[in-house]
Amino acid sequence: MTLLAQQIVLGLLLGGLYGLAAAGLSLVFGVLKVLNVAHGELIMLGGYGAYWLFALLGVDPFAALLLVIPGALLLGAGLYTGLFGFVVRAPEETRIKNSLLVGFGLALALHALAVRLWTADDRSISTGYGGAVLTVGPIAIPLIRLASLLVALALIAGLHLLLARWRWGKAIRATAEDWQAALLTGIDIRRAYLLAFALGTALAGAAGTLVSVGYSISPSIGLEWTLKALIVVVLAGLGSMLGTFVAGLFLGVAEALSAAAFGGPYREVVGLVIFLVVLVLRPQGLFGRAPR
Amino acid sequence: MLELRGLEAGYGDVPALSGVTLQVGAGEIVALLGPNGAGKSTLLGCVSGLVRPRAGTISWEGENLLAIAPHLIVERGLAVVPEGRRLFGSMTVEDNLELGAFSPRARAARRESLERVFALFPDLRTRRRQVVRALSGGQQQMVAVGRALMASPRLLMLDEPSLGIAPQLVRAILDALVEINRAGVAILLVEQNVRAALTLAHRAYILEGGRVVGEGAGADLLGDPHVRRAYLGPLAAGA
Repeated sequence: MTLLAQQIVLGLLLGGLYGLAAAGLSLVFGVLKVLNVAHGELIMLGGYGAYWLFALLGVDPFAALLLVIPGALLLGAGLYTGLFGFVVRAPEETRIKNSLLVGFGLALALHALAVRLWTADDRSISTGYGGAVLTVGPIAIPLIRLASLLVALALIAGLHLLLARWRWGKAIRATAEDWQAALLTGIDIRRAYLLAFALGTALAGAAGTLVSVGYSISPSIGLEWTLKALIVVVLAGLGSMLGTFVAGLFLGVAEALSAAAFGGPYREVVGLVIFLVVLVLRPQGLFGRAPR
Repeated sequence: MLELRGLEAGYGDVPALSGVTLQVGAGEIVALLGPNGAGKSTLLGCVSGLVRPRAGTISWEGENLLAIAPHLIVERGLAVVPEGRRLFGSMTVEDNLELGAFSPRARAARRESLERVFALFPDLRTRRRQVVRALSGGQQQMVAVGRALMASPRLLMLDEPSLGIAPQLVRAILDALVEINRAGVAILLVEQNVRAALTLAHRAYILEGGRVVGEGAGADLLGDPHVRRAYLGPLAAGA
């Protein structure tokens, strides 16, 4: 029983990162109607960014967020301007196909770049406080992962406020809902696309930083994270960042439970089962709205 | 003010407009009538920048509208209430109205514009925090007209504002149009409710199969036998 509770807690902690990883993908997909399959590679890059800051300059990984996030924002703006900005010019039906091609190409390129720069070995950031554990009764909570969960929650809440209150945040939501109507009200939708993509990349960078400190990174983690994020997006549906975060927690716990019930190898299976079940029973996701 | 010349547009091989020429003068209410598929919505789409015409010109106060990026057209003083309203359904009434004043010029005047919209549709003031999706069709249409007014337009274009709305609210919206026009805003009105539109309009164009087949003063067209037969029904034709 204790073991199970321990697994659930670890699942929640990992699930927070799933939620953060998925929020960026969801934002880009919801606004640009483009599926960025290189999202996991952007997470990987964020992780290496923090790793470099730590290894070369001794920057604490949580402080590194203050550099990684703006850096990722700029990277996102660059990727949109150089690549995805051309994809969104296509009509919506061809957009998804083109975005898959561009995304897979980008993923391969970033993977190769990472192997070149950092080798294929697993890396993780080990800080002085890395082993600290908070003990609640029989359950041990790794402090670093708890802090990561809280940071992830804060970032999601920040994003939610940004989209709810900021003038361009509202413009981004308006563009996601109906780009033609957005255009008619005078919103420069290309700018809304650019902002959404940059924000999505910034979230990926933040997620990667947290992965590199609580877990480990290697050049090949991209696909796995894209997949987890995609499962969470399908589970949550589009439109609600807080809902996406909750769905991330859900996936983390579901994985922990299935590993406990059926053994470790089944950890990965449950996500795919959820993916299929949601698509069959509730294609708009738990928090999404059915198309009219 | 607004002048279309020889406008041609289409979807794939299907022509929607074949050489339409039309003007709207300052302060005028102009109705655009015609059956489904006549090209009325395409015409508004061309003016608002969503549809790219194949040929012809659109000029607005002497400026070539076709050379302007679509999101900047509203900044020039043309606002549209699109077919089916196209509101941002998951947002509040207030957010929708605020987005109507997104362009810099309109934003500077958004407080006064908001008051003007609330004076025109008092219902919206009490419902300002409600999510648009939860409103009735008529209330949503008020939000749609309000959103367009927030842009402080000098020409307001409306695509079927009375469609699918309870009759008493249709009256309210048409009355609001008269009031908006009194404040100096020109109106281009696409409407199925021909009698109401002709009563309201100073002038009207009749569009059939992508061509202008008739034009004249609202009152004259109301008495025209062809118009009465085709658009007002056999009873009206006999009357």
